[in-house]
Amino acid sequence: MKKDIILAGVGGQGIISIAAIIGYAALEQGMFLKQSEVHGMSQRGGDVMSNLRISHENIASDLIPFGQADMIISIEPLESLRYLPYLSGTGWVITNTRPFNNIPNYPDPEKIMEEIGKVPHHIALDADATAKEIGSAKAANIVILGAASPFLDMAYEKFEEAIRFTFRKKGEKVIELNLAALKAGRDFANAHK
Amino acid sequence: MQKLLLLGDEAIAQGAIDSGISGIYAYPGTPSTEITEFVQNSKFAHENHIHSSWSTNEKTAMESALGMSYAGKRTMVCMKHVGLNVAADPFINSAITGANGGIIVVSADDPSMHSSQNEQDSRFFGNFAMVPILEPGNQQEAYDMVCYGYDFSEKFNIPVLMRITTRMAHSRSGVTRLTEIRKQNDLKMPSDLRQFVLLPNLAKKRYKKLLKDQLTFVAESEVSPFNKYIDGKDKSKGIIVAGIAYNYLLENYPDRVVPYPVLKIGQYPLPRTLVEKLADECDEILVIEEGYPMVEESLKGYLGRGIKVHGRLDGTLPRDGELNPNLLAVALGIPDTFGLPVPDLVVGRPPSLCSGCPHIDSYYALSETLSKLSNGRVFSDIGCYTLGALKPYEAINSCVDMGASITMAKGAADAGLIPSVAVIGDSTFTHSGMTGLLDAVNDKSPITVMILDNGTTAMTGGQDSQAFGKIEDICRGLGVEAAHIRVLKPLKKYHDENVAILKEELAYDGVSVIIPRRECIVAIDKRIREKFKNK
Repeated sequence: MKKDIILAGVGGQGIISIAAIIGYAALEQGMFLKQSEVHGMSQRGGDVMSNLRISHENIASDLIPFGQADMIISIEPLESLRYLPYLSGTGWVITNTRPFNNIPNYPDPEKIMEEIGKVPHHIALDADATAKEIGSAKAANIVILGAASPFLDMAYEKFEEAIRFTFRKKGEKVIELNLAALKAGRDFANAHK
Repeated sequence: MQKLLLLGDEAIAQGAIDSGISGIYAYPGTPSTEITEFVQNSKFAHENHIHSSWSTNEKTAMESALGMSYAGKRTMVCMKHVGLNVAADPFINSAITGANGGIIVVSADDPSMHSSQNEQDSRFFGNFAMVPILEPGNQQEAYDMVCYGYDFSEKFNIPVLMRITTRMAHSRSGVTRLTEIRKQNDLKMPSDLRQFVLLPNLAKKRYKKLLKDQLTFVAESEVSPFNKYIDGKDKSKGIIVAGIAYNYLLENYPDRVVPYPVLKIGQYPLPRTLVEKLADECDEILVIEEGYPMVEESLKGYLGRGIKVHGRLDGTLPRDGELNPNLLAVALGIPDTFGLPVPDLVVGRPPSLCSGCPHIDSYYALSETLSKLSNGRVFSDIGCYTLGALKPYEAINSCVDMGASITMAKGAADAGLIPSVAVIGDSTFTHSGMTGLLDAVNDKSPITVMILDNGTTAMTGGQDSQAFGKIEDICRGLGVEAAHIRVLKPLKKYHDENVAILKEELAYDGVSVIIPRRECIVAIDKRIREKFKNK
């Protein structure tokens, strides 16, 4: 099994946490991993992306070739569209629908949703609203991860274990909140795929 | 031993710690910063007293490292590519002095300029200095090369340059460590106490030795574990591929077998015999290298035969920018792959000053002060505040190199552009702004220098600023009159007051320094979180 994933969002939205959780789950199963991150200037409210590649075989390139990504996971709707050239014909876009509007010329959100609707395989949900219902607005990225989880070909328990590990220093309450966020995202994706 | 999941930068740092370094010297700069930070955060490094605090600039870092090498200990010095320009004087001359304790200089290039003002290729600096260069292709190689590099440096008494790129620095993968961590060297003076004295008659001898050693370095490259000749059946093409580009090459062959003979380069100078072998066996050569066409140019020079060489110079690969698997597919005649086009409505989301950033208030005050004058008077520098060039501020007119704001403002004032303003950050000021300020004081140049003091090196992630608590003293010491050193609080509620002070100082016929002082809001946030975490 191999999964090539583009993670997208705006600096500070938590794409690196998603990468860390998927990465932990993959390594626990003895898979190979390569992950390329963005540091520096672009973190100041600019668009950020990360290439995450996991595979049972040795991985060559640090960068995913255009047209070959299995998935784009985005915490922001406009950002989910920016990386479409990477998506393979059978690939999925999993995205938050809640805009992060920090630019004066942010496009009409309805038009953005229309464009997302044109992608053959996509899951779009308001992860901020879902996370808030659960009790932590900060867990929106984990809701998105939950929505991506059915497409990652890994046992659900592996994601749960990875969340317990990632948030182990934050206390049981934070772990439970994030597990609930994961499940809410997954349930949504299973109902809409 | 279990594999560690490390960034390329972290693999280099771990390699240095495991090779028994006694100190690491650096000034922060993307994408090199995490090397030094990894050592700073290492419990082992702390317990073993490995020096790791930040230097004032890359030149002082390089010189401190050379001093540590003089004293017989192993050391690493790290910088981004443009930092090597700042450190060029000691770097080039360190090749002549040679090393005593092992010394590795890591320079992190930024092809495609993700966070830089150019994409210069540090291998040219290595060639220019005539030192061996190591260029890792993956995180494991980065680790292994550091260990190898220290042995090389001590065996041949020569500093070794390690050249990495952004993708190498900031990509994460599994790394296996040495089974045995090496001890630090004992203090040991150079056997010849004049080795580091570059008086002309002594330097001439050292230079001849360096020239003679070039043959040794080539011979070492021929047998280096990092230069591999991998045979292929199809001799219509031979490929020379350097560093991380090897990964992109393999990506194009799902079974990881390249049909053509491949010479993978990880150590320079180029292994001449292996290059000749490839040229003898193949009809033409494709050179794949990240950065400038250095290998390609040198092949055209020294083969002296009719063989065709393809690469960045003939357009087979683009002349600029970072490589990727798709660009290589096209160069290799493999069908390219495409995804969906980016919809037309997608607009750019450039980085911007954070909401609540003190620089915003400083820029609004400055722009209002200058609003009655003609445009184009503000020379700025390298830092978060460079974002003041963008909308909605459009408050600055230059960003060239560390410290250039003050000296460019001075030059413009000398030319008659009065008033001229310099805008520089606290850390950039101590990095390379102080000497320029002295020039301005000595000439009594009519410039106003704004030193935006947010108490940290913000853009690279909030490292300690060497200027902290010292700016007024430094300015007074350099001769700026105390009455013309003015400290402001950059907040909206003091806007009118700040504009009034700026107006007074712009009217002054001499050097004035304005210090808008307020802590970086990201640094405050980080500080509060740390405090919360420790409770």
